[in-house]
Amino acid sequence: MSSNNDTISKTLIVVVSLCLVCAIVVSTAAVQLRPKQNQNKLLDSQVNILRSVGLIEGKASPQEIAEKFEKHVESRLVNLETGEIVADCDKACAKAYDYRRAMKDPEQSTALDGATDVASIRRIAELAPVYLTYDEDRNLQSVVLPVHGYGLWSTMHAFLALQPDGNTIIGLNYYEQGETPGLGAEIENERWKAQFKGKKLTKDGGVVGLEVKKPGNANPDSDYEVDGLSGATLTANGVQNTFTFWIGENGFGPFLAKVRQGALNNG
Amino acid sequence: MANAKEIKTVLFGPVFANNPIALQVLGICSALAVTTKMDTALVMCFALTFVVAFSNLFISMIRNHIPSSVRIIVQMTIIASLVIVVDQFLKAFAYDLAKQLSVFVGLIITNCIVMGRAEAYAMKSSPGMSFLDGIGNGLGYSVVLLVVAFIRELGGSGSLFGVQIMPLLSEGGWYQPMGFLLIAPSAFIIIGLFIWVLRTYRPEQVEKA
Repeated sequence: MSSNNDTISKTLIVVVSLCLVCAIVVSTAAVQLRPKQNQNKLLDSQVNILRSVGLIEGKASPQEIAEKFEKHVESRLVNLETGEIVADCDKACAKAYDYRRAMKDPEQSTALDGATDVASIRRIAELAPVYLTYDEDRNLQSVVLPVHGYGLWSTMHAFLALQPDGNTIIGLNYYEQGETPGLGAEIENERWKAQFKGKKLTKDGGVVGLEVKKPGNANPDSDYEVDGLSGATLTANGVQNTFTFWIGENGFGPFLAKVRQGALNNG
Repeated sequence: MANAKEIKTVLFGPVFANNPIALQVLGICSALAVTTKMDTALVMCFALTFVVAFSNLFISMIRNHIPSSVRIIVQMTIIASLVIVVDQFLKAFAYDLAKQLSVFVGLIITNCIVMGRAEAYAMKSSPGMSFLDGIGNGLGYSVVLLVVAFIRELGGSGSLFGVQIMPLLSEGGWYQPMGFLLIAPSAFIIIGLFIWVLRTYRPEQVEKA
């Protein structure tokens, strides 16, 4: 190494030009690849919605996902407080809505206090997206709700697909979580998710009925009981809390009440 | 340019004779985190090998111009840029895997192997040899990672690369998975055993007490 490398001017020249080169490389990569990344993100959420309804099982090609989503699914925004679908927000506007950002934005969300924050999610957006899926003859097939709640280590995100009666579960699809691998992370296990199929959310009068029991204790004939996960009691409690919150008054409760009265049938 | 024997030492030496994880015990953190499955481990190996090789190459290319007062920062800048580029590529072309690897790709920046090779080798050697040294150390890291991931995925989930090898008891098969292998401490034990086996086979690696 030559000694004149350590003069102030040489140091500045080397550092500045290096930063410049690196900055150009990094920003080119980021900008060039962004469209592809955003597309991946969109496809990822679409495929998870389709999986919750059972329109896609296993793997699917990007074209297939986009095609099925376009054909069967319509996004809408719901005002969580009133339970009304936002009338002046059409399919495109609902598609552009960034739910994750709205959850954190103080202007688009409200803070929850300790007593109401059953699922430990701290803030709740005023508007939430729902996805209505239709069959070939444009008959309403299901209502898909995005739900999330805190487990043991992480916030667990899922799509919950309901029949048009707003009470019977078609499918539950956990797609993002950071629970213990092999224990709590088994909420992504297909067999575990499958037992939610056909269960009912609420008993008469809108009381939350769904119950995550200790593993092996759920009565398979019951309309409400599902098995938890062995070795993952706190994760299972988180799942229960997620249901309790999102079916309840502060979550999708008002919307579901309207669905049960048939609000979606004439739209 | 160096002769064939030297190239061989530089390229394959780090695999067993001078393994960065087993002998130098560097880069352990990611070896614990991404080895529950073969596919995440494999992607991590590629990412790390790419970063070490190219950071070595670029650092070696400008080694005669790096002021010694800021050399660590210069190395970090190059390494960090490469890691971000790799991360962006993974997010664009292997989204599912990138999601599982999450922060660990970013953490290659702080992986001691990369910094260690840049400081110990690339600052003193020609670009060609530095590049090979990077590949060699990447291979050494990969061997350990893949061995650990093989044991953990096979024992913990009964599968390899996501393909079920041993049918699980819970799915009507006969294999009761060892849940312990899926949590991080098991990787410590497997790496420990790996080091033990390697040092029994090559006693010259044992440190003097």
